Amino acid sequence: MGAPAVLEVERLTTDYGPVRAVDGVSLTVRGGSITAVLGANGAGKTSLLRTISGLERASAGQVRLDGEDLLGVAVEDIVRRGLSHVPEGRGVIAELSTEENLRLGGLWRGADGAALEEAYALFPPLRERRSQLAASLSGGERQMLSIGRALMAGPRVLLLDEPSLGLAPIVTAQIMQLIRTLAAERGLAVLLVEQNARSALSIADRGIVLNLGRVVADDAADALAADEDLRQAYLGF
Amino acid sequence: MTRFIDLTLNGISTGAVYAAVALALVMIWRATRIVNFAQGGMLMITTFIASSVIGSSGSYWLGFAVALVCGLVLGAVVERVLMRRVEGGPPLNAVIVALGLLILLEAGAGMIWGNTPRSFPPAFSIRGYDVGGTTLLFSPNDTFTVLVVVAVAVGLALLFRYTAVGLRMRASALAPEVARLLGVRVGRMFTLGWALAAFVGSLAGLLVAPSVFVGPNQFDPILIFGFTAAVLGGLDSPPGAVVGGILLGLALSYVSGYEGASLVTLAALVVLIAVLMIRPGGLFSTRKERRV
Repeated sequence: MGAPAVLEVERLTTDYGPVRAVDGVSLTVRGGSITAVLGANGAGKTSLLRTISGLERASAGQVRLDGEDLLGVAVEDIVRRGLSHVPEGRGVIAELSTEENLRLGGLWRGADGAALEEAYALFPPLRERRSQLAASLSGGERQMLSIGRALMAGPRVLLLDEPSLGLAPIVTAQIMQLIRTLAAERGLAVLLVEQNARSALSIADRGIVLNLGRVVADDAADALAADEDLRQAYLGF
Repeated sequence: MTRFIDLTLNGISTGAVYAAVALALVMIWRATRIVNFAQGGMLMITTFIASSVIGSSGSYWLGFAVALVCGLVLGAVVERVLMRRVEGGPPLNAVIVALGLLILLEAGAGMIWGNTPRSFPPAFSIRGYDVGGTTLLFSPNDTFTVLVVVAVAVGLALLFRYTAVGLRMRASALAPEVARLLGVRVGRMFTLGWALAAFVGSLAGLLVAPSVFVGPNQFDPILIFGFTAAVLGGLDSPPGAVVGGILLGLALSYVSGYEGASLVTLAALVVLIAVLMIRPGGLFSTRKERRV
């Protein structure tokens, strides 16, 4: 793990009015590695991602991508800095075709047919459904589409919010394997939010566990997975 | 029988104008979930500008072009300066702002150009075509009206479907947050959407002005008919706006021809209420609830 930290989050805090959703969270993600963010519903996982990508305003703390400050950058420009955020519920635009969804991901940098071909090579089922509306895709295909669309931007950091949500176990396993491969092959820094702690830890290098917005555990993934008390208290497996 | 043909032809040409107004309303509704009640006032202003330019230059087409450009600019300015502040807020705020703008525009136009309606020249002859000795209720100017509305509708459809900027605009309208995460400058797309909508609206004003005259309040019924057409077709559907406009034009033409012109506005309101009761999504509604 000698790769440099690509994404650094320091004591990040987010408030929704009087409610503190993210409370002084720090983490780093190195190139080619996966950091899992675990915790129950309402622990602040989604808020953490939304603050990193600028959808929510941070009350305090810092976010750096390759050493450059990311807070205060407009949401539209985050992707131009090298960060792609796949939102919860996948964010596939159901009324657009599969190919339109994909193209949208690369428009800002004028990504051409070659990038599209690459996405189809990575996710062959999407090629067959390229002209169909995204509404007609299965859950697994939608997840492929949203990841493929994020990759069209050529990111260095990928934020994934609950990619296993609503997927059958076997499809979840496939998606997780694919995320592992992407991180390794492309040197991507992946921040993976999951309620499905077991699957997430099976591919992650490190993990943090959130409870009520605070980090209650921060360790190597296999150490977290082996911690009986932590599993019972927060991870549910 | 000739009466029926006359009324049908007349319905198609007035329907084309309703379709253009409906298209302007639908484009803004899709992009920003705002019903632009100020559209009638905006197209009134651009038509007045056309009237002044035609009056001083003597060239119809110069006035025509200037009005369309002013429509583009006015739409962009209204979005950027006024509507940007109420987008995404409670719908009532946007309605009030739009109505306020309508009142402001109508009062301003009265102060600048006076409250007496003035005539406006047609682009082409309004003498009906002669067919076998009878004069049809359809003139070269009606042909122009139908063709130009069809051309604009097709042009917009091509823009939305086949260009990168069209894809950005659709994504911004359907899922603004996702679009921003993908690097789309959503605010700019909204501004562009308003500009294009106001362009189509100002076109409708130019086309209808010869028959309703130009005055601060002369275009109010056109907004009501355009809104009815948009609801009839489905506020979310540009093709629906065009079909809704033509259908409404036909219906009102038959009502006017067979029952009397005084019933036209009443008939439009009956159509509006019937659609809202029977099929509130409109004829072309495809989706029930938005899911992301």
